Amino acid sequence: MDSRGMLATCLLALLLTAIPAVAQKKYDVGATDTEIKIGQTMPYSGPASAYGTIGRAEAAYFQMINDLGGINGRKITLISLDDGYSPPKTVEQIRRLVEQDQVLMIYQSLGTPSNTAIQRYLNAQKVPQVFVATGATKWGDPKNYPWTIGWQPSYHAESLIYAKYLLQTKPEAKIAVLYQNDDYGKDYLNSLRAGLSAKSKSILKEVSYEVTDASVDSQIVTLQASGADTFFIFATPKFAAQAIRKTYDIGWHPLQFVNNVSNSVGTVLQPAGPEKAEGLISSFYLKEPTDPQWLKDKGYKDWVEWMKKYYSQGDLADLGNVYGYTVAQTLVQVLQQCGDDLTRENIMRQAANLKNLELPMLLPGVKLNTSATDFYPLEQMQLARFDGKRWVLFGEVLSGR
Amino acid sequence: MEAFLHQVLSGLATGGVYASLALALVMIYQSTNHINFAQGEMAMFSTYLAWNMINAGLPYWGAFALTIAISFVAGVVIERVIIRPVENAPVLSVVTVFVALLVIFNSIAGWIYTYTIKTFPSPFPEQPLFGNRYISSHELGAIGVTLTVLVVLYVFFRFTPLGLAMRAAAQNATSSRLVGIRVGWMLALGWGLAAAVGAVAGMLVAPIIYLEPNMMSGVLLYAFAAALVGGIDNPFGAVFGGFIVGILENLIGAYVIGTELKLTVALVLIICVLLVKPTGLFGKVFATRV
Amino acid sequence: MNDALVTPPLSMTRYAGLSLRAWKMVGLVALVLGAIALPFTVSNYRVFQFNMVLVYAIVLLGLNILTGYNGQISLGHGAFYAIGAYVAAILMDRVGWPYWATIPVAGLACFVSGFLFGLPALRLRGHYLALATFALAVAMPQLLKYKHIEQWTGGVQGIVIIKPDPPFGWKITPDQWLYLFTLAILIVMFILGWNLLRGRIGRALIAIRDHPIAAEAMGVNSALYKSLTFGVSALFTGVAGALGAIVVQFVAPDSFTAGLSINFLVGIVVGGIASISGAVYGALFIQFVPNFADQISKAAPWAIYGVFLLLFVYLMPTGVAGFVRWVYQRLRLARGGTDKPAVAKPS
Repeated sequence: MDSRGMLATCLLALLLTAIPAVAQKKYDVGATDTEIKIGQTMPYSGPASAYGTIGRAEAAYFQMINDLGGINGRKITLISLDDGYSPPKTVEQIRRLVEQDQVLMIYQSLGTPSNTAIQRYLNAQKVPQVFVATGATKWGDPKNYPWTIGWQPSYHAESLIYAKYLLQTKPEAKIAVLYQNDDYGKDYLNSLRAGLSAKSKSILKEVSYEVTDASVDSQIVTLQASGADTFFIFATPKFAAQAIRKTYDIGWHPLQFVNNVSNSVGTVLQPAGPEKAEGLISSFYLKEPTDPQWLKDKGYKDWVEWMKKYYSQGDLADLGNVYGYTVAQTLVQVLQQCGDDLTRENIMRQAANLKNLELPMLLPGVKLNTSATDFYPLEQMQLARFDGKRWVLFGEVLSGR
Repeated sequence: MEAFLHQVLSGLATGGVYASLALALVMIYQSTNHINFAQGEMAMFSTYLAWNMINAGLPYWGAFALTIAISFVAGVVIERVIIRPVENAPVLSVVTVFVALLVIFNSIAGWIYTYTIKTFPSPFPEQPLFGNRYISSHELGAIGVTLTVLVVLYVFFRFTPLGLAMRAAAQNATSSRLVGIRVGWMLALGWGLAAAVGAVAGMLVAPIIYLEPNMMSGVLLYAFAAALVGGIDNPFGAVFGGFIVGILENLIGAYVIGTELKLTVALVLIICVLLVKPTGLFGKVFATRV
Repeated sequence: MNDALVTPPLSMTRYAGLSLRAWKMVGLVALVLGAIALPFTVSNYRVFQFNMVLVYAIVLLGLNILTGYNGQISLGHGAFYAIGAYVAAILMDRVGWPYWATIPVAGLACFVSGFLFGLPALRLRGHYLALATFALAVAMPQLLKYKHIEQWTGGVQGIVIIKPDPPFGWKITPDQWLYLFTLAILIVMFILGWNLLRGRIGRALIAIRDHPIAAEAMGVNSALYKSLTFGVSALFTGVAGALGAIVVQFVAPDSFTAGLSINFLVGIVVGGIASISGAVYGALFIQFVPNFADQISKAAPWAIYGVFLLLFVYLMPTGVAGFVRWVYQRLRLARGGTDKPAVAKPS
């Protein structure tokens, strides 16, 4: 090669190395060298305000990340707005976040009706709707809604696990169901029916309640009168506690199941009376914070330390704070995987690229997995039985597919 | 048959919940001629105060008495400070002030105490009476307390000079002033008493339905219905209305239409009752002079 | 003091060549022009918010006709709003109608249901009527979730609606077009309402409110008027509900809780009872003050909202409209000794 050729080659080589270095930093609106802006709506007021703690926990987690230097040198700014669990308000707040605050993505907006209201808009605007905070089955639909991805095991997956277990251990069960009269409760009920398939006739009686009801005592009496020997409680914590207590008090001792949202020892079983909940079965994917078996666990101890330092007004017995912590960690992982390419497209690509991710407060054996065709990050749960003091895990980690 | 009896007794228990709050609503109506929408939230807040005291180590009855005293004072203060400026305003403005109070109390309770449910202890024994499976000792005890408060209030309003003065102040402020009644303080007293009755209601109800900031939102409509269907100016009517509402709610939900249309049926029922008796089952019929 | 009963004193003075009446017309025209120009000066998100203000203003006008002018307390107008919204959503999504055709149908459906509800409500007054209407508001979400009509209403999942595009290929955003569409309907509804209230019917309504027995004695058919008023009021609310559904693009039972009805009542009290302009003030309040309160305190925003509410009721007991009227009258009196104070002159 003559000297000119050498020079040309060297220049070319230099150019080739330089271009990628410059082209590596790609931003969409909301991302800069120093900041990543994220938007969220949460029900801080109204009938679902108990879930507001999730938003606060997530904000507290990002605060800790920022204190430790941020992600690739960028601080996370979480703008979390109250929508009062009212879909028109959700639409308003999300439009504000996207059009006025110019956030990079919408993260963990809570509520099925709320997310339904904004799904089409966000997909049309090509704004990531990441890790929606609801277990409704419809969020994992990459073909029609490529910008929307769920996080927690869907209610469908959970009900399937219960159905499978029942078909294996008690196929002649006579079933009664108490469910909350909204998308949440109905999703569980319909999925249970689907999971039982041929045996769906075994559901003798299904009774609903409204969030505005004072108590569910009457419903429990009706369900007992149906003669069922298996009882599913698909309720939120307050009503689950009432149901468990009343079932015991009236002398009805069916095989009882309670759904994942309402199985906390501290906030549901203690108020109900732990002796009244003995034999209760539920499913888990997170470590329950009031369960004494995790006291020496490193993941749990880190969580408590974080709570005490960054979210001291949060309730150490509230599973919502474990949930928020873990979802926040998932987002941090996604953002780290994005590196310097903080385009909305890459966010979705990385969110769909989680392989066997293990997080400290997930049950051992439960891992996050996503792909271009699998928009359900968590599908595994493990069954546990309450022995009067704590939840005893049994069986294997099951998949709710 | 057993199931039916069970539903009735269970309805009686929930009815007791509605009746106790309805009593507070009637209280405030008898002394001020207004229905206080914030009554439920005030009762909830009082219960949280009691919860705080019990957690701090106070014995149950000590906390109970102290909470009633504090609620009484708070009721008086609220009337003098917040309601006084709108005393002569049109009804709707007063209703808006109540809405504001409701929202303020609810929001502050949620902020201070978070939304996880808390257990509130019961002074009644854990064992159900005669070992029955239908109604717990607490639920029976709560009904008993409500009835006692009812009798005390009735006696107070009917047979004591102070009670008479309060009723007069509510019905005809001008004439009352002419006979020397300090109307302003009568109204404040009325609020204080209503707040105290509300606090009792809250503390009775919390062990049954669990303490959380939205505890009373569902109860308020039924208590409102109970008070009005029974006759808003009649404390017996209100309490009776509460039990009726509780029992009917259960029976309708269990036997007539299922829980999915319970509220619609309740609506139809309320309208039917009011059509036949526009001032409630036991309310007084007013003849107006032209 | 009511708009309709007291004839504003006709001042003989001219201000810069125009009488007071003329100035009022100029002001109104300027306001309308400003409203038309608004969507082109602010971001799409703000257009959406102001669109909701317009929707709420129609609701509040409807509610004011019933509660302010006719004295029938309704704590249940959220139910009629929901009916209007669902009629529009079902017609658009399940039957395939164009959006503009759903508005009159929604209005009609609500007129009928309002009238039907008004019939039994005839016997009720004051607190009892409030209870009956409140029970309606509380029952509505559960009714909407009823499984046997799920096919039409979408049950708990609700119905998603597609936003209409501007007609004739105009080069404006769908948000701007919807705003202008809502504004046009609002102007029509306001003119209708104003016409209704300032004539014989308006006087009859007020008479029924203030002196029901005397009104009957004078030959006013109380029962008919009261039921019709319920129907008309529901009609306004239903039209607004349909518009609201199209703007938000979604209806679900959770959108129409009892809190919505309470919100509407708060709106007319803050805006000004028995006042047409009060509807707009009230709508601005219920749309923007919660957001404002949220910015002040993230911990307990509704407590801040409650405080604002108290302040408004204390400082402006006749609502913002009453306050504006008061200011206006003070300014007139302050203008000079030749102006006589507010005394009704024969016109």
